[in-house]
Amino acid sequence: MSENVGAVERREVVRSTVDAAQFGIVEKPLSPLERLYNISALRKALILVALAVIWEIYARLLNNPLLFPTFVSTLEAFVQGFVSGGLLGKAWTSIKILLIGYSAGIALAALLTVVAITSRVGTDLLETLTSMFNPLPAIALLPLALIWFGLGAGSIVFVLIHSVLWAVALNTHSGFLSVSNTLRMVGRNYGLRGLPYVARILIPAAFPSILTGLKIGWAFAWRTLIAAELVFGVSSGSGGLGWFIYENKNQLEIPNVFAGLFTVIVIGLLVENVIFRTIETRTVRKWGMQS
Amino acid sequence: MSATEPLLDVRGVTLQYKTREHLVTATYRVDFKVFQSDRFILLGPSGCGKSTLLKAVGGYMKPVEGEIRLKGRAVSKPGPDRMMVFQEFDQLLPWKTVKQNVMFPLCASGKHSNADAEAKALDYIAKVNLTKFADSFPHTLSGGMKQRVAIARGMAMEPDVLLMDEPFAALDALTRRKMQDELLQLWDDTQFTVLFVTHSIPEAIKIGSRILLLSPHPGQVKAEMNSLPRGAEGSSEEKELEKRIHGMLFADAVETEQAIHV
Repeated sequence: MSENVGAVERREVVRSTVDAAQFGIVEKPLSPLERLYNISALRKALILVALAVIWEIYARLLNNPLLFPTFVSTLEAFVQGFVSGGLLGKAWTSIKILLIGYSAGIALAALLTVVAITSRVGTDLLETLTSMFNPLPAIALLPLALIWFGLGAGSIVFVLIHSVLWAVALNTHSGFLSVSNTLRMVGRNYGLRGLPYVARILIPAAFPSILTGLKIGWAFAWRTLIAAELVFGVSSGSGGLGWFIYENKNQLEIPNVFAGLFTVIVIGLLVENVIFRTIETRTVRKWGMQS
Repeated sequence: MSATEPLLDVRGVTLQYKTREHLVTATYRVDFKVFQSDRFILLGPSGCGKSTLLKAVGGYMKPVEGEIRLKGRAVSKPGPDRMMVFQEFDQLLPWKTVKQNVMFPLCASGKHSNADAEAKALDYIAKVNLTKFADSFPHTLSGGMKQRVAIARGMAMEPDVLLMDEPFAALDALTRRKMQDELLQLWDDTQFTVLFVTHSIPEAIKIGSRILLLSPHPGQVKAEMNSLPRGAEGSSEEKELEKRIHGMLFADAVETEQAIHV
């Protein structure tokens, strides 16, 4: 005790470890139910089914097809619309214009961002323009667009570009700015400069932000398009989905109005959950830039 | 090139950079020469401008005074003849697999064709013992593995000089030791020239063949000395040299607050 005041004396312990084969569970596959629950598409489908059921029950209780048709009759109108071809054609008209506006908006955004990252004046220009125009609802420009471009696809494309451009440019630019200095130095170390440097280092490195911008731009464009068609109706002979909704409301074909809205929702869901989701899993998720 | 001519010649280099409020002089009239197959260490406490000096050799900044010559040609911009290995783990391109990461500079610099680059990349990935992970993405690797990929990427280019900026500083002590041994083994294989920045005296002695000591604020050359032969770890000579270097670096007692990592 005298040599070791206050300390408890302990021996050295050396143990041999148990062989892994003798453990009860080291790795065990998940049960089928657990695995099914891990599929996000399935979980979302369940939510959709639940919503449809609630819709159906509520509409039946209300029993007023003029105010709120049942899910089944909406579905019928939807299928009817597809079979007779009217709805499909209208949707295609809308999507066509949307794609023109969306891609033109992205192209302009790319141009603006390249100017912004290559010069300080460009940065100021982008920042000023986005803070001026981003809060401005695209629909507010439609009256002006109609005077400039007339009643037709031209004015709708114009407001679409407006709704896409600023969101995409803003996100892409902030994505470029947040690329880590190390990655920039790595890129320059390889002797990359100018456009190859932007294309092979900056764009992939900023891809999570760019993708977010594309998603927001898509949602803005889709909304703007339907609203523009609703307000100003027909463009160049055959109207789009918004016009379909407006027309059927006037004729009190409420299930058809719902079918039109339903189409808007379905297209939105498809683009978000199929197209953007696929891009996401193949890029940013695979690269571990987003969990 | 004859063996007596320096590969890298740094002459009277003064480096300055601007912060938001100050113009900071990082190094003042630094001279050193690196020869073929040197393991040349820049050693000093934080704030001695050693990383800045490495960046200048890398071509990322221009000296305000003096010049840096590589094989007789003045360094003016970054280039694949001076591959960098950084301290940060995020230096690998996250959108490329290990193999693609190693291949990318080979192809981007136009030095090799695709098939050539692939063979070469796999060769160097094998050298750093990562063959099993050639098709993995960087985010699935541990910190030490990422640094090994970065080293393989640097070496696969077979640059005139490999620049390493505290590549092991962010690793845990056990991994760091292993990496140091591996680096020396790689050097035995290919005898590459490396310029290595560190603030750890034992690491400098272990890895280096020649050590440049820099004093802080601004960095000036304090001494240039030979390191000990390999395998001197734990010997009394090593302890002595360590002590001597420590004394030289911290002679100006005011600066000793900067703890030295071991």
